Amino acid sequence: MAKKILEVKGLRKEFHVGDITVRALRGIDLTIEQGEFVAIMGTSGSGKSTMLNILGCLDKPTAGEYWLDGIAVAGLSKNELASLRNKKLGFVFQSYNLLPRTSAIENVELPLFYNPEIKAKERREIAMQALESVGLADRMHHTPNQLSGGQQQRVAIARSLVNDPVVIFADEATGNLDTRTSYEVMSLFQELNAKGKTIVFVTHEPDIARFTTRNVVFRDGHIIKEQMVDPRGNARELLNNMPINTDYE
Amino acid sequence: MNYSNLIKVSTRALLRNKFRSFLTMLGIIIGIGSVIAMLAIGQGSKLSIENQVSSMGSNMVMVMPSSQSRGGVQLGNDDSKKLTVDDAKAISEECDAVSLVSPEVRSSGQVIYAKSNAPSTIYGVSPEYLDIKKTKITDGRIFTDKEVRSAAKVCLLGKTVIKNLFGENVNPIGYTIRFKSIPMQVIGVLEPKGENSFGQDQDDVILAPYSTVQKRILAITHVQTIVTSALSEAASADAMTQIETVLRTRHKLKTGDANDFEVRSQAELVKMFTSISDMLSMLLGAIAGISLLIGGIGIMNIMYVSVTERTREIGLRMAIGAQSFDILMQFLSEAMLLSVVGGIIGIILGISSAKIITSLANWPTVVTSNSVIMSFLVCTVIGIFFGWYPAQKASRLDPIDALRYE
Repeated sequence: MAKKILEVKGLRKEFHVGDITVRALRGIDLTIEQGEFVAIMGTSGSGKSTMLNILGCLDKPTAGEYWLDGIAVAGLSKNELASLRNKKLGFVFQSYNLLPRTSAIENVELPLFYNPEIKAKERREIAMQALESVGLADRMHHTPNQLSGGQQQRVAIARSLVNDPVVIFADEATGNLDTRTSYEVMSLFQELNAKGKTIVFVTHEPDIARFTTRNVVFRDGHIIKEQMVDPRGNARELLNNMPINTDYE
Repeated sequence: MNYSNLIKVSTRALLRNKFRSFLTMLGIIIGIGSVIAMLAIGQGSKLSIENQVSSMGSNMVMVMPSSQSRGGVQLGNDDSKKLTVDDAKAISEECDAVSLVSPEVRSSGQVIYAKSNAPSTIYGVSPEYLDIKKTKITDGRIFTDKEVRSAAKVCLLGKTVIKNLFGENVNPIGYTIRFKSIPMQVIGVLEPKGENSFGQDQDDVILAPYSTVQKRILAITHVQTIVTSALSEAASADAMTQIETVLRTRHKLKTGDANDFEVRSQAELVKMFTSISDMLSMLLGAIAGISLLIGGIGIMNIMYVSVTERTREIGLRMAIGAQSFDILMQFLSEAMLLSVVGGIIGIILGISSAKIITSLANWPTVVTSNSVIMSFLVCTVIGIFFGWYPAQKASRLDPIDALRYE
């Protein structure tokens, strides 16, 4: 049996808005093993974003247990969580969240600035490797506004890879992209997954979810469906079969 | 995040908005620049007053009649007839801390030679006056005691008077000039002293025996001032007490009566004048300090805007592992960088404007290392003080909210 990367038991999260208590998560049990590519699906308000925030150590659960790579997260302080995120997690966002007017390579380097173990010289090398792995080595000095949406998201993926995380969290990472570019990004994720990276991908598009290995569907704070993806889509193949894009010619 | 990284990151963030950063710094630049320039002007004038006054004789002690009221009317000092030549003699004889004494009577009027005339002031003094005032004679001689006793019509001229009456490079010795229609023979030329720090021409003087001025020009028997020289600068306090005792006895003042004269030492004068210039430089400094404060508020304002603008960046930095302290330090160091770089430019600007003021307006300026160090510390403190609140706001953002901020 593969190593458990994420494990949550009886996870609950409540928000207090005025006098009203909103129960965003109502007892979630979920285990994600190394090498999995899991899609967390659900409509808006289903609790999937709250789940991602807690899994990503950005938020603390009201109740329940959470182990990340064998570490019990529940008892950690704010600063310990920050350091955990820095060393073990990678994030990819819907709107890329790259620093404006800052070159691709500097954007990729960013997480390493907060890791005191990494020296300035190594930093550039590691960042360069990450940028190469997403195929943007030749764009290293471009700033975000000189890159297309797909390229910006690839820079963001390189940034999430730079600390060699145990898991990458992607929040609607294809939400701002057209179909073709979405497939390009998904094909990149599939490649990374094939190399052994564990990926948790939040999406509401079934079309995108079929590229993952397992789908977990949320509704009203519960997991209502969990299923392995079969047959699994291959984004690269689909991309090759797509008619050439004539929009920009 | 270590410090070199911190500075690098902050510099990068500020360079992303070059023009805005420059405008923000401008407040500090102008503030620090004007503080430095103002203090330089204040210090310069203080120093030049000190030099001027002590060049006139730092151990000089002067006695003047105090202003009196008669029937409720305040009268001017010069109208007082309280001081006499005998007072001067008594001081010279009885006060052992006093080395030299000279009475002084002044009169202003037209001085005439041939077809030239000019307004000037004649000082009636004794021969000791030259030593008391540290004035030298470049040509001719000082009048003798005999000439004083006989109220001889002789005089010594300052450079300005000679220029006005005779023109440049003329030796006036032996010629006879007239002051208020009294003919006087020129027997000596005084060494030029230039302007004093109040802009008064010290060479526009005529020296004559006090008896001559008393009897022939003013027709009075009292003297306006008694100038004396203490044995040393340190002895001037003793000299003042001795003079006071002697004069109180001579003027028959009872215990409890106020003095009808005033004794002032040069050391006191220096203190008085420099206290004025101290006050002036404090005032100028305070005004400049206000502009510095406004500069600081400008930094705070821009840092607030920057925090709001970069909320998503802050969220991202937190998501990828920045701790609250890292964010605090980043924004704090940006604020400090703005104020310190602004401060350095301000210091350079201040020093160069002090130089420009000296060369254009001919005002003496002195930039002290104290004022430079002070300004540098002040702008560092301003950076921390005004950067703290915005930086703390940034560090307290919730990463989830910050990431979603539109």
